Amino acid sequence: MANNPYLTVQAVTKYIKRKFDADRHLRNVYIKGELSNVKLHPSGHIYFTLKDEKSRIQSAMFRGNAANLKFRPESGMKVLIIGDINVYESSGQYQLYAQSMEPDGVGALFLAFEQLKEQLGKEGLFDPRWKQPLPWIPRKVGVITAKSGAAFRDICSTIGRRFPMAEIVLFPAAVQGKQAVPSIVEAIGQAGQRTDLDVLIVGRGGGSIEDLWAFNDEAVARALFSCRIPTISAVGHETDTTIADFVADRRAPTPTAAAEMAVPAQDELAGRILDRKRVIYRFLASRLQTEQKRLTRLKDSYPFAYPDRLYRPFIEKQALLEERLTRSRNDLLSRKDQELGRTVSRLQYVNPLVRVQHGLKELLASEGRLTRAVTHSTAVRQERFMTGIRMLQALNPLHVMERGFTIIYNGQDLVKSATGMKTGDIVDVRLQDGQAKAEIISVTLTEEES
Amino acid sequence: MENESMKFEDAMLQLEKIVQQLETGDVPLEDSITLYKKGMELSSFCQQKLQSAEKQLISIVDKDGTATPFDPSEGENASE
Repeated sequence: MANNPYLTVQAVTKYIKRKFDADRHLRNVYIKGELSNVKLHPSGHIYFTLKDEKSRIQSAMFRGNAANLKFRPESGMKVLIIGDINVYESSGQYQLYAQSMEPDGVGALFLAFEQLKEQLGKEGLFDPRWKQPLPWIPRKVGVITAKSGAAFRDICSTIGRRFPMAEIVLFPAAVQGKQAVPSIVEAIGQAGQRTDLDVLIVGRGGGSIEDLWAFNDEAVARALFSCRIPTISAVGHETDTTIADFVADRRAPTPTAAAEMAVPAQDELAGRILDRKRVIYRFLASRLQTEQKRLTRLKDSYPFAYPDRLYRPFIEKQALLEERLTRSRNDLLSRKDQELGRTVSRLQYVNPLVRVQHGLKELLASEGRLTRAVTHSTAVRQERFMTGIRMLQALNPLHVMERGFTIIYNGQDLVKSATGMKTGDIVDVRLQDGQAKAEIISVTLTEEES
Repeated sequence: MENESMKFEDAMLQLEKIVQQLETGDVPLEDSITLYKKGMELSSFCQQKLQSAEKQLISIVDKDGTATPFDPSEGENASE
């Protein structure tokens, strides 16, 4: 040693470490500062720097201690740490080994609560869209709480009073202490397996924040979140708020209130049923009335009220047609009648009887005229005849003959002159009292006297 | 007549159509008589349906132990 005054780094470091180990002030240090460079190692260890305005110190918190932390250390946090200071030989640095860490100012639990709330909030576990509606009328209500707790008694009595029809299924769980979180998580899991539960109440009665702490646990929160059944959280008193309250589908201030939420009040329900019945009844009745009116309107409609109007137009039409038919027939007849009249009169006109009568009339008239004419002319002639007679009488040759004159005919010819007479002519001589034939012996013409 | 499975509403619609057709009055006589008959049948069918609905309504109410005369202006009497 003496001939080799140089030490190894390791030796020096060990020496220093022993100094640290020996110093009891460094064995149990209460130190406060601000966290920075916080690294949460997957192994569960936490590495950070603790600093104030002037100084900084490298720090570590090993898994065993870190597991007890109620909150998640973050850079910028003011913390109170209890630990020891020692040398980390491989880097030659002294380090603060934190055994416990508390937030400076607010309680660790409060901080832890806030942190988890923020984290789960960011993840969307409180998002209203994940909230399932509670069933209106549950048949089976699951309850996760301590078997012998007041909470369970309250829930049972409330449901029994409000809605005795509902069946209560208890999943006993430790609701405080070390076993609380796994116990509650397991109970939620069991309840979630059931298909016959309509709603699940998870909770416990009032207590200190530590008593209620299981309901601020992440595992419980996640179990609640993934539970298929609509959940109601009911932890402690009205003033207590837990992470479970945020994650559950509904939050009740107390277990009793949760029971009230879970089941309807039977009498209210009855009232509601009655009310609905009334509504339905009225609706149906008024619907019936409406339909009846509608039907009545149809029944009273013109065609049904006056069925004779159905065929009346046809009757009218028929009558009209008949009338037209009759009229046209009569028109035709009278036309034909006139035609006939005209023809008959024409016929009449050419009737031979008429002509005969006409002829007769004319004949008679002619006869009359003739008679008159004949009479007249006869009279005239008579007159003339008489005149003639008288003249004849005057001229009568017989009278002359009486005085001795004769008449001589040559054959037929009267002989008035000697001229033409020849000798030998045989002539007839007429005398007053007979005739005589004479032969002409001679003819002598007498000289005319001048 | 239609089978009983015919819906009231369908019957009503048919009836309305028939009334309209008859009201316009341009239906041949034979058809109008047929329509009229059919209309009467539909009408009594609808009436029956309404009456049986009314009876049913009353009997439903009766089942609750509250026999009330059919009065659309009032619901059934509450009985608790």
